[in-house]
Amino acid sequence: MREYPGTRPGSQPEYLHEAYRATIRRAPAQPPIRLPHTRSELTGPVYGHNPIGPADHDLTRHFAEPPQGQRIIVAGRVLDEDGRGVPNALVEVWQANAAGRYRHAVDTHPAPLDPNFLGAGRAVTDETGNYRFLTIRPGAYPWRNHHNAWRPAHIHFSLFGTAFVTRLVTQMYFPGDPLIPLDPILQSIPDQDARQRLVSQFDVSLTEPEWALGYRFDIVLRGRRATPFEEGAK
Amino acid sequence: MSLIPTASQTVGPFFNFALTANPSLGILARAGARGERIRLAFRVIDGDGAPTPGDALIELWQADARGRYGHALDPRSGDADPNFHGFGRLETDAHGECVFETVKPGPVSDGGGAAQAPHINVTVLARGLLKPLYTRVYFAGEPANAHDAVLALVPEPRRATLLARPVAGQPDTWSLEIRLQGEAETVFFDV
Repeated sequence: MREYPGTRPGSQPEYLHEAYRATIRRAPAQPPIRLPHTRSELTGPVYGHNPIGPADHDLTRHFAEPPQGQRIIVAGRVLDEDGRGVPNALVEVWQANAAGRYRHAVDTHPAPLDPNFLGAGRAVTDETGNYRFLTIRPGAYPWRNHHNAWRPAHIHFSLFGTAFVTRLVTQMYFPGDPLIPLDPILQSIPDQDARQRLVSQFDVSLTEPEWALGYRFDIVLRGRRATPFEEGAK
Repeated sequence: MSLIPTASQTVGPFFNFALTANPSLGILARAGARGERIRLAFRVIDGDGAPTPGDALIELWQADARGRYGHALDPRSGDADPNFHGFGRLETDAHGECVFETVKPGPVSDGGGAAQAPHINVTVLARGLLKPLYTRVYFAGEPANAHDAVLALVPEPRRATLLARPVAGQPDTWSLEIRLQGEAETVFFDV
């Protein structure tokens, strides 16, 4: 029996999306085999072996000096398909610096590294599913996928949720970014509304006076209230 | 209310400083863990047979040596091995390889009364993968494989892609190649 509903058509990318060239030799050619959900799929990693530090959610405080760039707050709720907050979910983020450069050996884009910015953070959702990060707005960067290819500004998100099958890795974008319609990675998602849900919203109520602009990004993981989490239902 | 799950996007090539900077995530079995200790080596290759150089990562989720998951949905989780952590995560190196230190899992209930053969649940994330790939590792020569309901879903000629094999000359070491595409492509699952 499958306790987690399947994918709504168009709401997720396919593995092969030729405009994103790296998929051409990495997307499997065979269709995946549908699995029943056993105890192996319904359980999943439980966070807790690697405690979150008090500044892990604040990417502007990882060094003695603040990083370059526009300070922003990125916050939202992690929800299930019934709109219930998912508590105690690990949220990991990573991003380029304000100049569009990652602190990674393979990123050779000739933009400056910022000695005061690592670009990685972690948080755990509270009892109602809320998370909050403080960071700087990342820059766009070129990526050689095609002529004059530039990634829109984005923040990578990684979440576990409650089961092996609720794993989600995605990217958050910024409203009004002119690169969005040109980006084969975001455009790999067939459904327009599903793409739009990866674009954060400027939120004046999250914005802090004299301090930082606020962007809201809510995330929905697989799973429903009806999911019977007791032994007899398996 | 019925919300649609957020769309997946690729993990990209630049995840390592955030996700895999801690190599201890490759060690699932701590000192004192029960069971048969093994090293489980992976190699990930693409449709050209080329390794994924540092831009793929593998996550494991597995039961302990007695088949218990350290998770509330396993009714035996209270008795799970406290020295075993069922989650692991490593990036592949320049040769597309990574090695986990774990134990051979025990048989796991399918939830309905039957046992599943010992297996490890695997998630592959990489540049060029717009969503995760899910597969399982089984162990070559394990008699319970013959009765495993998930292996039975896989056409017989493709089952070998899920079987880790002992590495000659390296005791307690098993290896499995994950072929993303092409000849002997690994079986992936829709979970």
